[in-house]
This record gives sequence, structure tokens and C-alpha cells, in this order.
Amino acid sequence: MSYDLAIVGAGPAGMAAATEAACLGLSVTVLDEQPAPGGQVFRAVEAASRDPALAGEFLDAGGALAGAFRATKGIAYRPRTTLWHLDPDAGLLSVAADGATAEIAARRILLATGAQERPVPIPGWTLPGVMSAGAAQILLKTAGAVPEGSVVIAGQGPLCWLLAVQLLRAGVERLTLLETGAGGALRDALRAGGLWTGRKLLAKGVALMRETRARGLTVVRNVRHLRAEGDGRVSTVRWRQGSRDHAIACDTLLLHEGVIPSTHITRALGFDHDWDDRQLCWRPRLDAWGATSHPNVAVAGDGGGIGGWEAAAAGGRLAAIDAAHRLGRFDAVARDTRAADAQKAQRSALALRPFLDRLYRPASAILTPTDDTIVCRCEEITAGQIRGAARLGAAGPNQVKAFLRAGMGPCQGRMCGTVVAGLIAETRGASMETVGALRPRAPFKPMTVGELANERPDAIPELIA
Amino acid sequence: MTDPDILIVGGGLHGLSAALHLARAGRRVRVLEARQVGAQASGYSAGGVRTLGRHPAEVPLALEAIERWHDIANLVGDDCGFRPVGQVRVAETEAELAQLAERVERLRAAGWMHEALADAETVRQLLPAVAPHVVGGIVARRDGFASPLRTTRAFGCAAMAAGATVIEGARVATLERRAGLWCLRTHGGETHAAPLLLNAAGAWGGRIARAAGEPIPLGFNAFQMLLTDALPPLLTPVVGAAGRPLSFKQSDSGHVMIGGGHKGQADLDTGEIHLDVPRLAYSARTALDLFPALREARIAHAWAGIEGVTPDELPVIGRSAVADGLVHAFGFSGHGFALAPIVGAIVAGLLLDGPETHALTAFAPDRFTLGGPARETRSALLQPAG
Repeated sequence: MSYDLAIVGAGPAGMAAATEAACLGLSVTVLDEQPAPGGQVFRAVEAASRDPALAGEFLDAGGALAGAFRATKGIAYRPRTTLWHLDPDAGLLSVAADGATAEIAARRILLATGAQERPVPIPGWTLPGVMSAGAAQILLKTAGAVPEGSVVIAGQGPLCWLLAVQLLRAGVERLTLLETGAGGALRDALRAGGLWTGRKLLAKGVALMRETRARGLTVVRNVRHLRAEGDGRVSTVRWRQGSRDHAIACDTLLLHEGVIPSTHITRALGFDHDWDDRQLCWRPRLDAWGATSHPNVAVAGDGGGIGGWEAAAAGGRLAAIDAAHRLGRFDAVARDTRAADAQKAQRSALALRPFLDRLYRPASAILTPTDDTIVCRCEEITAGQIRGAARLGAAGPNQVKAFLRAGMGPCQGRMCGTVVAGLIAETRGASMETVGALRPRAPFKPMTVGELANERPDAIPELIA
Repeated sequence: MTDPDILIVGGGLHGLSAALHLARAGRRVRVLEARQVGAQASGYSAGGVRTLGRHPAEVPLALEAIERWHDIANLVGDDCGFRPVGQVRVAETEAELAQLAERVERLRAAGWMHEALADAETVRQLLPAVAPHVVGGIVARRDGFASPLRTTRAFGCAAMAAGATVIEGARVATLERRAGLWCLRTHGGETHAAPLLLNAAGAWGGRIARAAGEPIPLGFNAFQMLLTDALPPLLTPVVGAAGRPLSFKQSDSGHVMIGGGHKGQADLDTGEIHLDVPRLAYSARTALDLFPALREARIAHAWAGIEGVTPDELPVIGRSAVADGLVHAFGFSGHGFALAPIVGAIVAGLLLDGPETHALTAFAPDRFTLGGPARETRSALLQPAG
């Protein structure tokens, strides 16, 4: 099984890239962990097509992308398939699906693995009843599960407002939003400009906020020092506002501090990354077409930097056009001509990013939680232990992993890696670039011994999308 | 920094063990480590502490080493995670079992009693989860395993406490013998000089030897390992197989490590490792053949560490045949971890001009040049380490 282009991820970037690449005559395969196209943002969009709670952009835009992806001929689509190892030099993708593993060869590889929610390590975040806002949204979208009792959303970012609207529409009655954004962020954000070009997106946000208010959402601003407490399950959320302490009874706490690029695979492969000091996350170093520091691999979508689904779809098209150029389908002049539309769409979609990035810049304390906070959930390692290891000489997250096993659990450091680095940087007075990023290992996602042992070239189901 | 008496190239377990013994003997020791302490084979060893199945030339060293392991806290101030759970090598056919029995007989004739033949029932008592087709095996009950990184760090800390200096990020670029001194320059531009030099550079040991004017054939491998999530207790001793390369063990925390010599590929200049997926799958199949209960166990990590391998898969330990003041201890070929406590003492003795306390002929640096061309190595994927 050999292809011109292998795309990892069937979200907006992956779907748009596959559609574009197939139209340009490339042989394309798309691997995706989900059972259906859509990615996180349009998860299960085909199945949800008649759910009124999800009406609007979700169904219209997501449905259109998935529809085009399904309608395009020549895409070998592999749902429920996990990439667990990648040899970029040889162009070999090791995948697991259906209880077996197999290898797929490709001349060019596009990673469209999207974003992950920023981990929000606060005291008590490992208690049952505490989860990320994104996880709650997935439960709502895929299982129609609505949390009961007193529900608290804590954090900041557009998803908080979107989820609030979706929960209120779904019938949640006691909903509180604790906004952690710092006072003055709005003024700083307004200086970033881009508001006119991004007015469509901005209007969407304003409409969301208006709807939550009309539906009776309680909003508390300038929240700091969040803690979840409870005996075996969260029952109380505490915070400070100004110089006063507050508390509220809580049955479900949903945390959210925005999303960050999912750089797990690009870091495991040792590609160049830069530290984004505004959004407090790592980003793979990319050119205008999404090409990484490795000659065979590109990244499109939120995995290269958070931009939302419209920017992701445009980036996917650009990466597909560049792939066709690199594989000899046309020269650079033809590539640039073909790319004009997508470039314009990308610019327009990204116009509001500087504003949003400033408005929703997380407090830097998110990388330096209090000593009693569990940072590595898999191995139950606290911030205090990590500071201790840094004082003993651990100069980077890979050494802390060797000292404490932080980052050695099943999540491979997805939850703790950046916070571990932040704690080391704080303790040793070093920059994040000096401390460096955690280097994860294969398998990128855990698989069983049985799956690895069952290596069959014909094991991977291939559908025509 | 005062000038050292001895420079050691390589901050792996063997370099640090030698540093410890030399520093305790009152010598000023400086260890130059290209990356970080334990960055390669020492950190990524499977951590087996084994007398079982050793080449006869290594048996005396392994037997002395195992005594030191049982008292390791006295040596380095930490138990290094050493667990004397025993090691078992299982036979899957009657032919394999006959070979193992013959081996035990030969050892006994030489006066070595540490390996014992075990019938199928004994093996099943030791390993209740083993597959039913196993017909027997051999056992060394004083063997066990230790934590590789913890051990390497413990030796490093003890060496530093005894006065040794360890410099990380000091990758040797050039070396020469000048006016009775070994003069080393690192890629960072620093220079270090001392009358005595120990080459404990692992897979890079061949390069150091050649720079000193002594070509010693050395390849390298990237030994692949799999680590599962924490599982309920499944096995106590470390397990190997007579007929195929495999070793596995379960740590206190429940993680099962599957190793045993299936090679990935690596780049000596960058230190980058590439997993070889079909060979990794082969390892998983072997593990499942012997322990079917592992089928649903989730693999959390797969990795490899670069290890120097000689043509006869025995280490190079001894004084240079061509240069003054140079001792080699490298090329342990995937089974040097357990030997470190004794080899450090031996090479310290060699550097201190003591008498040769052990028979080292089999490990002599010039054995490949004296004995004609080396025989073919068994490792299919051996990469040249030149």
C-alpha cells in the first residue's frame, strides 16, 4: 500500500487537504481515529445532522466539509485507525486498527492532528466530577449526556461560551461561568486589531454571549486560585476574586483554558519547535505551506498553531497544493496561482487571532501550579516533587521523566509535559527554550501487545471516502 | 579545576564505576560525558543482573559481580532498585532442554554451580503464567534485575561524593598523547589533560581507540525494548528463552519490560534511534508465545539505546596494546550492565598499575588483530561504528 500523500486526521484540515489533493490527481489515504470524519470540532457531524441543539455553523460548515470529503473520488479513508509510529525518512506509517498493525508507505505525509485542550492543573482536578470542557462537549455531542445539578464552567476562551450555550439549550438549569481572564486583557486585545477583517467571527462570539445572558447564565469574572474540593467527588469549588475568597456548591466542574496545538507526534519525531510565549505552548516550526523541518512532512490545522476550523481547512488545502508541487505535478508559479484562494481564506480566518490570543492569554501561573497540585496524572506526581527534582539538577522534562516517571504513563506526557517544563523553568530561572520540550516515544498512542504481535499488511480496513 | 590524574571518556555505568573506584583510591578523576549521564545503553538497558547463560570467559566476572550486587547499597549508598528475584531461561523443545542440560554439566565440570537445570514442573512453579509448551529450563536463583538509570545515577553520585568530577555535554573531538599526557579537546573547545585515560565510551569506544592509534573492530546496535502499562503480578523472575532472543521481567510497579536483542537502527553522530517495526512485532509475538496473558497488555513505550558490539560479542577490557597510559572498557555487546561493579574495580586496578587480578585474555584489545579476521557476527543488523 503506497500513496502519494498520507494524511493523519480527518478534521477540517485533513478533510480539506484530502479533497484538494485528490482533485489534483494525487493518490491519497486518510487515517483517523474516529469512526467518522469531522475531527474534534465537527465530531460525528454526519450523525448529528438533525439535532437542533447543534444547529448552526456546526452542521452547516462541518456537514459541507464532510460531504465534499465523502463525495471526492480517489481517497482511501481509514477510520478507527491509529498512527502509532512514523519513520519520516522512509515514509512509513505504522498504524493499528481492528486488533492488528500494518505499515503504509507514502511519499509525503501531512499531520492534521489538530489541537488538544490545555491541561488545567489545579488542586483537586483529578477528583471525579471534574473534567475538561471539551470532554463534556464530546459527551453532549456523541452521547447526548447532560450533567445534572450545579454545573460550573471555569476558565476562559470561546469554548466556555459555546459550551455554556449548548448546555443551557440542552436544559442545564444551574450553570455558573467562572472566568479566569485577567482584568485589562480586553484593552490589550483591542490593540491587536484585526477586528474589521474578523468581524464575522467576532459577531458570532457576541451573539453567543448575548444568548447565555438571555438564558440566565451566572458569570463571575477575574477568578484566581481555583480549587476543587470534595470527599471522593467534587462538591465545592473555591476561588479568590480581588482580596476575597468565595465558594460554590458544585456537582460537575468543567475546566477550560483554551486549546493548544497537539505537538505529540512532531515532538516525538524531533522536528524543530518554537515556544509561543503568548499562548504558552509549543508550535512546530512551519513555512507558509505548513512544511516542517523534515523534508517529507507537513502540518496543517490547529496542530501547527491554533486558528480555528476555517484557517485549518485553508491550511489543509495549501499543504495539499504544496504536496502536489513537491511531487512534481506542477511548478512553483502554478502552485502560487492555485493557492491564491486558500491563502486569502486563511488570512481572513486568522485576522482575529491576535485579538483572541491577547484576550484569552492564560495566566502564566497555569504552568506553575502550587506544590500540592498533581501535575502528572498517570503517575500522580505533584508540582512540589517536580520542583524538587529541578533543584536536584534535572534540567529538562526528559530528565524529570527519568527521575520521577512524570510523563511515562499512558498519556505519554500529553497532560504534564509542558507544565513540567514550566516548573523547571521557574525553579531554575531558565527560559522554556532552554528547558526544552518533552520528547515522547512511540507508540504515540498505547496499543496492546496482541495488536503489535498481529502484524498483517492486509489488516487495515480501507474504505473509499 | 586542578588537573586530574585520570580522564575517563564516557559517563555511562562503566565509566562511573571506574571513576568511583579510582576516586576512592585517592585519585583525581574527571569524567567527560558527551550528552548526559546514562544517556545511551546505561540508561536504556533492560537492567538484567545475570550470571545465567554467560560466556565462560565472563562467568568469573559475573560471579564476583553478583556478590557485589547483593551488597550494592554498601558500595554506592543506594540499593539501585536491585531485586534478587532470580533468572530463568526456558526451553521450548526437548532439543533445547538437552542443550541446556549439557551446558549445566560443562559448568559443573569447571567448578561453577550457579546454574541449575529445572524440569517443567519447577519452571511452572517459578513462572505460573508461562505457556504450557515449555518443557523446562535453567535457573540462577541469586540473579535478578536492577533499575538502570537509578543504578547509573547512584554510581555517579557515589563517584562525585568520593571526589570525582563529571562533566556532561563534553563530547571529545580530538585526542593525542603529548609529553606523557593524554590531551583531549571537546567539540565545545575545552581541553583536558591527564597522564592516564580510560576509554569507557560504549558504542563510541571504537572511535576513541582509533584516535589513540589502536583500531579495534566495533559495531553497534540499537537494542529495542517495550514497556507495558502497570499490570497485576504476572511473573517474579527475569525470563529468557533458550531458542530465541527475548528477555522479560516485571518491575515492582507492575510494568512488564520486553527486550531481548531485536535491533532498531541508529545514527552514532546524532544519537537518533529508529525503531524497526517488524522486529518489534517479532518481539511481541515471542512474548505472547511464552506468556499468552500479555495479549491485552497495553504498550506504553517502545525505545532503543545504542550499545557497542564487538565481533565476538565479548567486551574489550584491558590495557592498550599500543599506547601508554590507556585502558579500554567498552563494547559490552548488550550484556555489560551486571558486570559494572566488578569491571570498574578491575580497570581501576589496571590504571593504578596493579597486578592483573583477573584473566582478561578473552577481552584483550588486540585479540582481533592477533587472531586474524574476526568470525562473522551473529547479529544480522549490526551497523559499522566507524
